[in-house]
Amino acid sequence: MADGIKDKVAIIGMGCTKFGERWDKSANNLMVDAFLEALEDAGIEKKDIQAGWIGTCYEETSVGKSAIPLSITLKLPFIPATRVENFCATGSESLRGACYGVASGAFDIALAVGVEKLKDTGYGGLPQTDSQVGTAYRFIFPNYTPPGMFAMMGTRYFAQYGLTPQEGKHVLARITVKSHHNGALNPKAHLRREVTIEDVVNAPIVAWPLGLFDCCGVSDGAAAAIVCRADMAKKFRPDPVYVKALQIAASSGEEMFCTDWDYAHVETTVHAAKRAFKEAGIKDPRKEVSMMEVHDCFSITELTIYEDLGISPRGRAKEDIEAGFYDLDGKLPCQPDGGLKCFGHPIGASGLRMMYEMYKQLQGKAGPRQIKNPKFGLTHNMGGIPPMNVVSVCIAGL
Amino acid sequence: MVGITSYGAYVPLYRIQRMTIYQALGWLNPASLLPGEKAVANYDEDSLTMAVAASVDCLNGLERDQVDGLFFASTTTPYKERQNAGIIATALDLRPEVRTSDFATSLKSGTGALISAYDAVSSGSAKKVLVCASDCRLGKPGGYQEEIYGDGAAALLLGDKDVIASIEGTYSLSYDFSDNWRSDEDKFNRTWEDRWIRDEGYGKFIPEAISGLMKKYDLKPQDIAKVVYPCLYIGAHAGIGKGLGFDKSQIQDHLFTSIGNTGTGYSLMILVAALEEAKAGDKIIVASYGNGSDAVLLEVTKNIKKIKDRRAIKKHLESKKDLGLYEKYVTFREVLPIDTGGRGEEVGPTQMTILWRDRKWLLGLCGSKCRRCGTPQYPPQEVCANPKCGAVRETDDYRFSDKKGHLFTYTGDILAFSPSPPAIYGTVDFDGGGRWMFDVNDCELDSLQVGMPVEMSFRRKFHDLARHLYVYFWKATPIRA
Repeated sequence: MADGIKDKVAIIGMGCTKFGERWDKSANNLMVDAFLEALEDAGIEKKDIQAGWIGTCYEETSVGKSAIPLSITLKLPFIPATRVENFCATGSESLRGACYGVASGAFDIALAVGVEKLKDTGYGGLPQTDSQVGTAYRFIFPNYTPPGMFAMMGTRYFAQYGLTPQEGKHVLARITVKSHHNGALNPKAHLRREVTIEDVVNAPIVAWPLGLFDCCGVSDGAAAAIVCRADMAKKFRPDPVYVKALQIAASSGEEMFCTDWDYAHVETTVHAAKRAFKEAGIKDPRKEVSMMEVHDCFSITELTIYEDLGISPRGRAKEDIEAGFYDLDGKLPCQPDGGLKCFGHPIGASGLRMMYEMYKQLQGKAGPRQIKNPKFGLTHNMGGIPPMNVVSVCIAGL
Repeated sequence: MVGITSYGAYVPLYRIQRMTIYQALGWLNPASLLPGEKAVANYDEDSLTMAVAASVDCLNGLERDQVDGLFFASTTTPYKERQNAGIIATALDLRPEVRTSDFATSLKSGTGALISAYDAVSSGSAKKVLVCASDCRLGKPGGYQEEIYGDGAAALLLGDKDVIASIEGTYSLSYDFSDNWRSDEDKFNRTWEDRWIRDEGYGKFIPEAISGLMKKYDLKPQDIAKVVYPCLYIGAHAGIGKGLGFDKSQIQDHLFTSIGNTGTGYSLMILVAALEEAKAGDKIIVASYGNGSDAVLLEVTKNIKKIKDRRAIKKHLESKKDLGLYEKYVTFREVLPIDTGGRGEEVGPTQMTILWRDRKWLLGLCGSKCRRCGTPQYPPQEVCANPKCGAVRETDDYRFSDKKGHLFTYTGDILAFSPSPPAIYGTVDFDGGGRWMFDVNDCELDSLQVGMPVEMSFRRKFHDLARHLYVYFWKATPIRA
């Protein structure tokens, strides 16, 4: 009987580059930066690594396909290496691969890297690759961008829960203000300036109702993790972080092809979260989760995540947001590092960047952003669009 | 008795005032000002999409399976090789066992197609032939042609049962009179001197064809309820009718100041307007003009009263929006090479295998309906999407193109490239079931609301400039009329 991943794997080293418009660095340079920091943090040598996973999404604008870029850039000595991709859940998939490799007993120590180089695209926003929804679907998908697909969730959420556009935009703005406050305290973030509600509400519209400050930016970055079997962890450091849950949920098709789904929540998050809390032994997430990094590609996404995780009541996240529940000094700090909003979203790296923050927080190394006595940290990624997507929920703890 | 059994038409939503064009370019040619307004196809419309719209109007309430022929007449077919009528037939979800033909290269191709369809049904070699005629012509900026040309389409169904206007006779003239021409190297039409065109062509061929027809069938002007013919010059138009002995009330309104000269479809569009007002017993003559003239004699039957629910010309005339800017006109019609930005330049390769294999759902907007639980789904699903069902490969074809729906949610996207920003798209929940996401057009963002009713419109989805392909799909629009 399968009993989950809880306490079978430990993270003993992590690295994360500064995220931003890294005109000076290629994807390979960023990979090496993240890897070196992780290696030093774990206190091991490269030859100790027995398997590697690389997560990258838009391989056509960065490293290219397969795991070859990982192995030849880092000069891994003919070890097993795998490339994974699951849209924005790619970074978390990379971690999952390494963790399952170790938990299965196939390896003692494994490496997970996530990297994305988006600023070679040549225009704002994500690359307009027509075939990313598949060669047939591109003929029938509307002329969309990710902001637009999530903006539709805003339109629907406002209509369903009786928010006027002004009320809705104010609630969304409060989320961005909170994240920018945290990012301003983080030297690795791309955007480090505080913003006000007025800045956000009055920003130019990108896809109605989302404005410029409701959308995370596109940036470059890499992050890495070194994991080992839990029973070995204390050999490497006194303060390893243990993996409590790794869950993924993929859309079933009913959201897009049937008319029951309301486009005001993300069904996959609900499923992945339920399984993750069960796997980690968490019965009351609102009370037991100490902190979280969730997928704030857009402010509306973060809002619905609060409800989909079962932390805020359905349709009423506004109350928690405005009460400061998710602020750095609130009951359940969300995006303590500044989130996608301040880091940007190099797709393959984001899931690992989130775990990096949870890892540092659990070890008491988050400096001015330190949360008191954290016990469980949750990361959440969502890849795709609200009607068809894949969500990962991971929980780490002491 | 063989004749027209149904009619339809399409006029694009946008109109541009001729004064707007004149204010932009009248300094170049002060004599080019004409009165009124003309219809302008949206950036995602062309002669093919308009023909589909007119055909959908014509076939409203009729069984598409029974159509066994489709003739498409246009001088602006998007393809020179790849049958345009075949694309229309696929979009209309007709059976493959139909005869399709393009009638091209002349403004009289519309009546040419009408006469050929009549011949096909009369001879017994076809039973129900759909004739659609459409044009989207371009005149050079600042010229008289630019002021004249409008965009639009007409569709007529020919058959031998439930005829609403029988075809009683035809008279055709073929003259290689090159007043207007366009070779395969031209984007814009070329013309010769207007005075010559008016005196030697326009003013002569139509009267010759109509009087030839009337003489052949022993008719006098007072026998005719309405005479229908295109307008090239307003004064000369009136002169033609007068010269033939008709009084003003017998000359069908030429629509020149409301939709413009719409090319191959023009005389058939005016005919449709005449049919909308016609009563049993009326004799109508329709004549085309272009490299000669065809004149056709029709007699309206009492079945005319049975035709309801057609947008035809009247409802399309009433439903309009001013385009406002000349710059938008030249952008929409790809006259001005605008900066699309890097995002607008990215178009992935088009797989012809996919366009063929999946043509029913790509062009015909056909999904599937689960036989077990009855849930309509788009695109067609082999595994039923209803989580309570899960049936595998128990489906029937289900056409969505003729269903209405409502806008479940939407957005206006400024990041996506559009020649008419913002790019509006949304999720449509169809009446009867089924859901998909579509581009939404022919509307302003401010006018949209969650829950508002929409209908489907066949449009150009993208223009693959690298491979010179026009790829078509359906978009949602507010209910037009």
